[in-house]
Amino acid sequence: MKKLVMIGNGMAGVRTIEEILKLSPEQFEITIFGQEPYPNYNRIKLSNILQGDTNFDEIIINPLDWYKENRIQLFTGETVVKIDVEAKQVISNQGREVEYDDLIIATGSNSFILPIPGADKIGVTGFRDIQDCEMMIKSAEQYKKAVVIGGGLLGLEAARGLLNLGMKVDVVHLMPHLMERQLDPIASSLLRAELESQGMNFLMEKETIEILGDERVTGLRFKDSSEVEADLVVMAIGIKSNTEVAKNSGIYVNRGIVVNDFMETSVPNAYAVGECAEHREIVYGLVAPLYEQGKVLAERICVGEAKPYAGSVTGTQLKVAGVDLFSAGEIFEDGSTKSIMIYNEYDGIYKRVLTRNNLIVGIVLYGDTKDSTKLFRMLTKKEDISGVSIFQNECSGAGANDDIASMPNDELVCGCNGVTKGAIVEAIQTQGLTTLDQVSHCTNAGRSCGRCKPMVSSILAYTLGDQFDAAAAQKTSICGCTTLSREELMAEIKTKGLTSVKEVMIVLEWNNEEGCTKCRPAINYYLGMIHLDEYKDDRDSRLVNEKMHANIQKDGTYSVVPRMYGGVTTAADLKKIAEVAEKYNVPLVKLTGGQRIGLFGVKKEDLPAMWEELDMPSGYAYGKTLRTVKTCVGAQFCRYGTQDSMALGIELEKKFERLDTPHKVKMGVSACPRNCSEAGIKDIGFVGIDGGWEIYVAGNGGVDLRPGDLLCTVKTQKDVMEMTGAYLQYYRETANYLERTSKWVERVGLDHVKEVLEDEETRRALNERMDQTLKKYIEPWNEAIQNEEIQDKYYTQHTIKVGE
Amino acid sequence: MITTLTRIPVVNYSNLKARAGYSIKIDNTEIALFKVTNGKVYALENRSPHPKGGVLSEGLVSGEYVYCPFYDWKISLLDGKVQAPDEGQVRTFKVEREEDIVFIVL
Ligand SMILES: Cc1cc2nc3c(=O)[nH]c(=O)nc-3n(C[C@H](O)[C@H](O)[C@H](O)COP(=O)(O)OP(=O)(O)OC[C@H]3O[C@@H](n4cnc5c(N)ncnc54)[C@H](O)[C@@H]3O)c2cc1C
Ligand code: HEM
Ligand code: SF4
Ligand code: FES
Repeated sequence: MKKLVMIGNGMAGVRTIEEILKLSPEQFEITIFGQEPYPNYNRIKLSNILQGDTNFDEIIINPLDWYKENRIQLFTGETVVKIDVEAKQVISNQGREVEYDDLIIATGSNSFILPIPGADKIGVTGFRDIQDCEMMIKSAEQYKKAVVIGGGLLGLEAARGLLNLGMKVDVVHLMPHLMERQLDPIASSLLRAELESQGMNFLMEKETIEILGDERVTGLRFKDSSEVEADLVVMAIGIKSNTEVAKNSGIYVNRGIVVNDFMETSVPNAYAVGECAEHREIVYGLVAPLYEQGKVLAERICVGEAKPYAGSVTGTQLKVAGVDLFSAGEIFEDGSTKSIMIYNEYDGIYKRVLTRNNLIVGIVLYGDTKDSTKLFRMLTKKEDISGVSIFQNECSGAGANDDIASMPNDELVCGCNGVTKGAIVEAIQTQGLTTLDQVSHCTNAGRSCGRCKPMVSSILAYTLGDQFDAAAAQKTSICGCTTLSREELMAEIKTKGLTSVKEVMIVLEWNNEEGCTKCRPAINYYLGMIHLDEYKDDRDSRLVNEKMHANIQKDGTYSVVPRMYGGVTTAADLKKIAEVAEKYNVPLVKLTGGQRIGLFGVKKEDLPAMWEELDMPSGYAYGKTLRTVKTCVGAQFCRYGTQDSMALGIELEKKFERLDTPHKVKMGVSACPRNCSEAGIKDIGFVGIDGGWEIYVAGNGGVDLRPGDLLCTVKTQKDVMEMTGAYLQYYRETANYLERTSKWVERVGLDHVKEVLEDEETRRALNERMDQTLKKYIEPWNEAIQNEEIQDKYYTQHTIKVGE
Repeated sequence: MITTLTRIPVVNYSNLKARAGYSIKIDNTEIALFKVTNGKVYALENRSPHPKGGVLSEGLVSGEYVYCPFYDWKISLLDGKVQAPDEGQVRTFKVEREEDIVFIVL
């Protein structure tokens, strides 16, 4: 495999990687370095965070799991300091050297900080990343007065955010008009009036020459020698391409890293994309063109040939509540332009389209931007406007639906991600989508700045017609087959007394008659949980591993992992395992991470015979259920041991084996705090102490490494069993399907769980339901051996030879 | 070599359960046979078009689609087409039925 290294883990770079994976998932071994200590997040939404509309977790675009799934080696919090273009390797600030065949530089840009005295004082920041954002939020808790330097997009969004955080805000601007590069004076004055009414104060035509204060900023001084007070200064005058590492390594840099139409830099096999790149003398600062660049680059790298990138026209919108504006193309008239204008000062609506030779060359809309997609399309596609009515007739009373009906299929709805109306309609129709969430997922529309969401929503309403349910479209349903959330589904199952997966899908009007891989396993779980031992499991609604009671491997073979309660075995069992492994030519025999032995690479048709010869219960190494209980040697042999950890582990594993849970559950039991069974990173961990047991919960040793929290300390083994039963049952009843205990506890709160489990009566009731549920399980391997129908349906390979 | 259409009897219809996949090997071709709820039977090459491959016969069947058990791609049983946002194509085989015998046409 070729080695691909990327410097910078931001929006443009990671989108490029997504495009590469789409084209050619197997071609590269990918390594990404990111200076920031986070996975790729939606920088655009920092404005919304500041304004209090969302939080950090919600703006992650590619969670760490995504990197894992795509086998991308990610180094966060690590900066590349040098590219050795001769040896083709990069060197990080931690001394790590990684070789590459192809290199992508996607280092973005930095806030431009005015080179004036005092710019390094505490309380002065740019507005670029999570750290800046956190700093501003913290400052707002302690300080009252903020000054934002810069009356452009970024500055106004920052100012609005700081107002929301309860600060008094002055905006300092060098020019006489706000957003002078995007707006003409009329639109600009309308904007200023609106923002002033929201509480912003403007200091226009002021040039800052010094930042005042000792350690921390106390104010600003302007060129006209006036001064203003400030506890916080946000510099939002612009961005500066981050070209340092490229420049130091001998790559040609002008304003940005100079690239050609294929995003190639001056050095072979090194490419640049995003805000760090300069293409035909332009450095772009919005995601739409950067995503286009990413597409071209992905093609260039994967296929060799690509459609050249010819530059982009960009449209701008301001993400401030109460302000509706759009701007694209040229702003100012010259001798060759003609304007088409509507100005309704009373309603605060202003629209101006600048034309030249019957073509639209510039758009400014204020107060009403619903024409923006249409006009932007006409501008980018260079449509002749003779005889076309530019603005919609105000008197026609045409509703949103008519707008959408008349919108051509190739009209761009999501500018950031280049998604057309046609693509959205097709996705809705062919995949039966009913919520905004689903549409975003399938098409990418709305995944960046989010401004297209109202339009996407209208298209959804229009496409679904009568079936559209506005409230439902906004919420998160369990999957695309329904609009019901988990809570609603559970309530419906209970009130309507639904008892089978099929019945649920029919009665609750699933739009996809037989469901999908998301809802069917979930419904099957919820039914089993609600109806305790009265529910008959729907095996065909389980995914392959649980259906087959064996883990499927990449080549279609399976693994067999028998139970070894508490990791304790006998010579006789080991012999049996060895004999079976030999007889069936098992390619790999390995100790698993869960203290037992796994046989890997088994053919499907050998499964029942092997199970029969092993004559051991299934270890459920494949299920959303109790996996293993790891134990340490404990008091029986270890001199430190205070409790019998093996005995407790075995009792736990025997009691809770086979139980269906929302996600897999692992346990560990140690007999002293040295914790040899690593019980501190298990879903439930038990640690023996003098005179009792500590119970730790919500630990996780996997992707989301998390130490367990102490739930309680109990005295006897019996108490342990009682508390564990209650805890597990409460998890089963309240977690979302596929929610690990660590996430569940974080969602509902440890204190809440403690409170519930404190009550003895509640614990008794939970344990009662648990015990009744446990009655229904039978050993699945044995069942398969006994039942020919199961064998024929699931474990037979029909081989037919055609006589030749 | 002359290519001829061969019709190969593979299984008794009455033995097939709805919403289940069966893997059938005809010489060197592995075929996944599915019976769906409405009673129709479809045959596809038993290999996911995902670059990493894997069998389809163990996938979850929903209506006239099967979900690839490894990568969750949704594949039409009618024409073998992978549904958006993923892309790909699985080879399909014609299925015929006479009385209780199901044939695959190669
Ligand atoms: C507050 C705010 C609001 C915005 N609003 C909009 C909007 O509404 N619409 C819009 O289209 N755009 C908006 N943008 C712009 C948009 O976010 C950027 O255009 C986009 O993020 C640029 O992507 P990029 O990958 O080029 O750079 P970035 O996303 O900045 O990613 C570059 C990454 O590389 C890392 N890096 C740099 N040097 C190194 C090194 N040597 N080694 C390792 N890592 C390195 C950086 O830490 C950074 O994480 C906004 C930006 C901000 C800050
Ligand atoms: C006589 C006393 C001890 C016995 C019998 C014992 C036994 C074991 C055993 C059998 C393992 C599993 C090793 C493996 O996976 O192969 C283990 C792991 C471990 N032990 Fe101990 N141990 C003892 C003392 C200690 C002490 C004193 C500490 C810490 C202060 C400790 C900490 C650990 C840890 C953290 C692990 C798990 C990490 C790993 O396996 O790499 N043990 N111990
Ligand atoms: S956890 Fe304590 S008792 Fe158990 S093996 Fe380790 S040292 Fe011994
Ligand atoms: S226009 Fe920005 S996400 Fe759609």
